[in-house]
Amino acid sequence: MYRYDAIDKEVLADRSNEFRNQVVRRLAGELTEDQFKPLRLMNGLYLQLHAYMLRVAIPYGALNVAQVRRLAWIARTYDKGYGHFTTRQNIQFHWIKLRDTPDILDALAQVDLHAIQTSGNCIRNVTSDPRAGATAEEVDDPRVWSEAIRQWSTLHPEFSYLPRKFKIAVTASAKDRTAAKVHDVGLVLRRNRDGALGFEVMAGGGMGRTPYIGSTIRAHLPAERLLSYLEAILRVYNRHGRRDNIYKARIKILVAALGAEEFARQVEAEWLQIDAARADLPEGELARIRAAFVQPGLEALEPVSAAYEAARAANSALARFVRNNVSAHKAPGYAIVDVSLKAHDATPGDANADQLEVIADLAERYSLGEVRVTHEQNLVLPHVKQDDLLAVFEALAAAGLATPNINLVSDIIACPGLDYCALANARAIPVAQSIAQRFLDPELAEKVGELKIKISGCINACGHHHVGHIGVLGVDKKGEEFYQLTLGGSGAEDASIGQMLGPALAADQVAPAIDTLVAVYLDLRQDGERFLDTYRRTGMAPFKEAVYAVAH
Amino acid sequence: MPSLIKLTPAGAEPVEDRFVTVLDEDAIPQGADVIVSLIRLKADGEALLNSGVSVGVQIEPAEAVEDLAAFLPRLSVVAVAFPKFRDGRAYTSATLLRERLGYSGEVRAVGDVLREQAGFMLRCGFDAFVPADGSNASDWAKAAHRHRHVYQTAADGRVPAYAEPGRA
Repeated sequence: MYRYDAIDKEVLADRSNEFRNQVVRRLAGELTEDQFKPLRLMNGLYLQLHAYMLRVAIPYGALNVAQVRRLAWIARTYDKGYGHFTTRQNIQFHWIKLRDTPDILDALAQVDLHAIQTSGNCIRNVTSDPRAGATAEEVDDPRVWSEAIRQWSTLHPEFSYLPRKFKIAVTASAKDRTAAKVHDVGLVLRRNRDGALGFEVMAGGGMGRTPYIGSTIRAHLPAERLLSYLEAILRVYNRHGRRDNIYKARIKILVAALGAEEFARQVEAEWLQIDAARADLPEGELARIRAAFVQPGLEALEPVSAAYEAARAANSALARFVRNNVSAHKAPGYAIVDVSLKAHDATPGDANADQLEVIADLAERYSLGEVRVTHEQNLVLPHVKQDDLLAVFEALAAAGLATPNINLVSDIIACPGLDYCALANARAIPVAQSIAQRFLDPELAEKVGELKIKISGCINACGHHHVGHIGVLGVDKKGEEFYQLTLGGSGAEDASIGQMLGPALAADQVAPAIDTLVAVYLDLRQDGERFLDTYRRTGMAPFKEAVYAVAH
Repeated sequence: MPSLIKLTPAGAEPVEDRFVTVLDEDAIPQGADVIVSLIRLKADGEALLNSGVSVGVQIEPAEAVEDLAAFLPRLSVVAVAFPKFRDGRAYTSATLLRERLGYSGEVRAVGDVLREQAGFMLRCGFDAFVPADGSNASDWAKAAHRHRHVYQTAADGRVPAYAEPGRA
């Protein structure tokens, strides 16, 4: 974890005081709602269907034990006892009162948490790899660069009133767990032949009404030039991004209108005029940030634990959990544990206060004090000894947190949908639950293998339906909820935008249609192909035929 | 009559605005210090600048401040317009005036100028403000000192967190 110093803490305290003053003025009527709106949004406060929603930033998805406990306390004290983890690794509380928000922000600041720039037309919280610091796949720790971006973008004076929101993802592994290619800017850290660290810079990815995969505008930016290059991108966007139409204001529209080459040329021309000595972080500060990430004290362990192997052989439930929710750690004898927030009857991404406390306790005892949030709305215990896996599994199972379904058909991303959101056309959560109900049999789910279903309640695509292997989009048809299915999307390193299956389906036809799609896949698949691979090989026709033959 | 607030080393103070902002369709008043549009500056700038009055220009968000380069050393004020407070292009315009074009005269925020944006405006190099929300000089002085630290360099030259004695 990055350890806050006195300066970081004072920044949060000052921000919290500023917002307290703004809330007082709003409640006294000195600020109109129109004037207050961008101020509250820049502090993560939305006005939703039933109440205010507060979105708390979890920078690059990393939490410590005290922070998880504080989130549990906030859920109990100010909400209805739970929180909702989002696709950008944040957590949001849906039942908040405006007058409580200054106290909540103070309580967050005490544990180095905040809601700065979790909304509004500014640079949002940075997404990164939930396995950072634990996986052997990465070329460097992406959190160091994510934290540098966090600080640089916090209350940035020039880039806080952009044409539209701006999201950045940083990954340092070839296996992309950040959806970098569908971010406004995706940064992939690599080493070149000389061993020098650099970023592949992609710009103009995004979802919403007009989805795009990001275009590479720079193949290998020297890593230490990151901030000046981001400044150049943001300046070109701030000057030339459209402001006349909210649906055309994201950077993806500018990049598409100019063409990636011309956009890259403009960024390069701007970058050459920026004084690197002013804009880039000095080497010493990068080293300070790196050192402020306190490295967990990993012990030297044997690569194989006899006790763990015996437990796994004797306990088929543990074995199943390990097959689906446990991954290799960079250190011998350790493992990375995915904690599923996708129990079959649960709301995807929700965790109640009791569950958060179980997670905090387990992290404290078994994971060197660290918890991570994934963009697929699950949690991670990144540093668990193999010897402790049985104990962790049993404690998670007792709290309803051990569903062995990571990356499987019931590990569904869903936005809050019409149950909470003022923008939604249709509900998303009950659809996710109805699909999960069909795959209660873990044998079947494992047989189907990796299958990413993503559900959005409207075209804004918060549920990432465009990049679901199967995407589900809620639409309104004459006042009734209908669902448009897409196939073949991916938000990972093989990113693609899903294609429409056919006419929208009524709510009660969605889960049967998924059944049919899975049956077609199981029938057609070759040599352990994923659903996505089979679709890419066969195309839409066999899937479409089967679904609409059944439906009509 | 909207009031003009200027930044001072001690904070902020109200000052009398000696400039008349002249619309393109209106005649230039004789002998008055004026602020004109970029279009008019390009058309009549030389004559105006040679007529012995002080001249300023008002820049709209879509206009490029780079177009002012030839005039800047002789301009007394650049008014940067916020048609809406949400239009953030003015922050880039002010930044470039200070950092890239080296302009050291008055950079004035006009239009939908609210005290809530004071901190960002100051950091981007604005030093004069015509507020639209009835705020006064003391409101602006307070807003200027609300944050003890800043994380990034900007046109105001404030020392960023990484260069503070406590961190560097």
